[in-house]
Amino acid sequence: MKTFTLGGIHPPDEKRTAGSAIAPLPLPGQVAIPLSQHIGMPATPLVAKGDRVKAGQLIGGAAGFISANVHSSVSGVVLDVKAVVDASGYARPAVVIRVEGDEWDESVKQRESPDHYLSAFSREEMLASIQAAGVVGMGGATFPARVKLSPPAGSRPEILIVNGAECEPFLTADHRLMIERSRELLIGTRFLMKALGVEQAIIGIENNKPDAIAIMREAVTKHTLGIEVCPLKVKYPQGGEKQLIQATTGRRVPPGALPIAAGVVVHNVGTVYAAYEAITIHKPLVERVVTVTGKSLERPGNYLCRVGAPVSHLIEAAGGLPGDTGKVVSGGPMMGKALASTDVVVTKGTSGVLVIPAAEALRNPSRDCIRCAKCVRVCPMGLEPYLLMTLGEHRQTGEMERGRVMDCIECGSCSFTCPAQRPLLDVIRLGKSRVGQAIKSRK
Amino acid sequence: MSTIIIYTVVSLCAIGVASAVVLYLVARKFRVEEAPRIDQVEALLPGANCGGCGKPGCRGLAEAIVKANSLEGLACPAGGETTMPSIAAALGLEAGARVPRVAVVRCGGNRERRPRLNRYDGYPSCAAEHALHRGESACAFGCLGLGDCERACAFGAIRVDASSGLPVVKEEACAACDACAKACPRGVIELRDKGIKSRRVFVSCINRDRGAAARAACGAACIGCGKCAKDCTFEAITVENNLAYIDPRKCRLCRKCVSSCPTGAILEVNFPPRKTELPKFEFET
Repeated sequence: MKTFTLGGIHPPDEKRTAGSAIAPLPLPGQVAIPLSQHIGMPATPLVAKGDRVKAGQLIGGAAGFISANVHSSVSGVVLDVKAVVDASGYARPAVVIRVEGDEWDESVKQRESPDHYLSAFSREEMLASIQAAGVVGMGGATFPARVKLSPPAGSRPEILIVNGAECEPFLTADHRLMIERSRELLIGTRFLMKALGVEQAIIGIENNKPDAIAIMREAVTKHTLGIEVCPLKVKYPQGGEKQLIQATTGRRVPPGALPIAAGVVVHNVGTVYAAYEAITIHKPLVERVVTVTGKSLERPGNYLCRVGAPVSHLIEAAGGLPGDTGKVVSGGPMMGKALASTDVVVTKGTSGVLVIPAAEALRNPSRDCIRCAKCVRVCPMGLEPYLLMTLGEHRQTGEMERGRVMDCIECGSCSFTCPAQRPLLDVIRLGKSRVGQAIKSRK
Repeated sequence: MSTIIIYTVVSLCAIGVASAVVLYLVARKFRVEEAPRIDQVEALLPGANCGGCGKPGCRGLAEAIVKANSLEGLACPAGGETTMPSIAAALGLEAGARVPRVAVVRCGGNRERRPRLNRYDGYPSCAAEHALHRGESACAFGCLGLGDCERACAFGAIRVDASSGLPVVKEEACAACDACAKACPRGVIELRDKGIKSRRVFVSCINRDRGAAARAACGAACIGCGKCAKDCTFEAITVENNLAYIDPRKCRLCRKCVSSCPTGAILEVNFPPRKTELPKFEFET
């Protein structure tokens, strides 16, 4: 079975919510919709205090090419446009809305028209719909999907890879999406293939999701259409763009280059589903599947949650915050980010909420490096994390750059595997930002 | 048997001598000529390699001084009163006058005044925490207290106080090299003129949030009310982005602003005790 060759680890997979169907979350009383839920310029607010909005209505306009539209996820009254602390840990502009009823904007069709087959939409129409709907990469990086679907001049995409690896432990949002929305995902994949002008698509799924592989395979064989389901041997970080490309196609993306250099474009299954909805029913990206999970949660599950709902609302639905909670993480345990407060809201990029008991939340004290080189063996990018950490501690930015620190994908495999519990990734990430600044100032 | 040993020893010796000759000739040919004055100047510098002068270490500054053959714009901030005059004397140059400065911590948010809302458990570095979130309190501007400044100081002049969680500057040890200010990811530390008898008045806050938000985050925050600017007779205080700043060159140390500040964000240091007590402020927690 296929997988990527360099490095990788096997954390316990803990997919305890794999069997729970996607459940719609009751509407919260109030939402705060951040204007910056994507990489790039924050959207410009288009509503003011006191305005009435409907679900799906545009409330923030994309400010530039690398930016994305932001829509209201609920109907109600705008209470304020102000800075609210989001998952970045800092207060940034957001639209605060008091929820009243659940009325959708007229532009959003309630059901797809029967003529949604492929020839009904031209490439330009599809791209325009995706852009209008504010679709961003839902695997975590939140890069505007429209940009990724417009390859730079001179490059030729050959293969579309749909990322269903979901290699993060605990998370099952993509898994459930593939089981429950396989038909929509398949049509969405066909749309994106047409938008990119490619004839081949590969759906990469790790083999700890045999039900998803079977269902997607069955759906594919009915229509063939140049789509192939590729089961992958479980290994973290298989869902990393470059790792997935190598696992499914054997191609390698050169260091510092984008996947398009290898003729490949990768989109997460969540993004494909959002693109499908955007194209067929003009529904903007205002809700997403979020896995709420943790060892001591009463009702862990996969919830269809409106963007802007506070994390505390999700935890309420899952049975409330357990008494022994030590940490609440947005995302998975490997790459997720600990939240300073449960008032932080769900955004387009929130794939999961993980509640970690206090006994497991705190870090163990780190000891000295014994040069065992386990971190070197597991690094999926072929870096030397122990060396980069030492350089980072001594602020040797030049040496770090020569050590290819900018190639680091921040997967955390090194920190996970270190027997001395050294905070490798923390220091490397810090050094990476310093090297990034140095590179920027040179330009 | 013994002949082999003799041959070996002799040939190795011959190779050794030949290599030594080659190395000697090469070293002579490619010798780096350095002005002897560089060593002379370097010996007069403190040798802390703090980087406060902007050059890579003390030798870097010595090279720059000798190369420029003037002291204009080149000075060792760490060397105290005597270093630059002694270098000037050694080189027969003129040393410029310099205003003594000192590092000042512009955050008064100690543990009591700034309630802690969460606990940071990551890599113990201010820069790492700053990149991750706004900190353990609701203030996104103030000191994080993990001691990046302490580690950057080559003179042991700044230390994070365990009880308040804020750095304290040991004035007599501070060389005003700027290393701590550069290490601080939030720009909490400012180099200010030492002032007459080391007396200084400054705003001990850099929070640029609006008044209500700043006040909610920290009891000692500058709320940008502008009272101090109004009361100042010498127009030394400006309020910009909800934050007051006292220009040390204009301030005449009258301390009017200290008593007019409603949150106690303006500090006076090294003054003799006042005859009348300052009004006590109630800090909201």
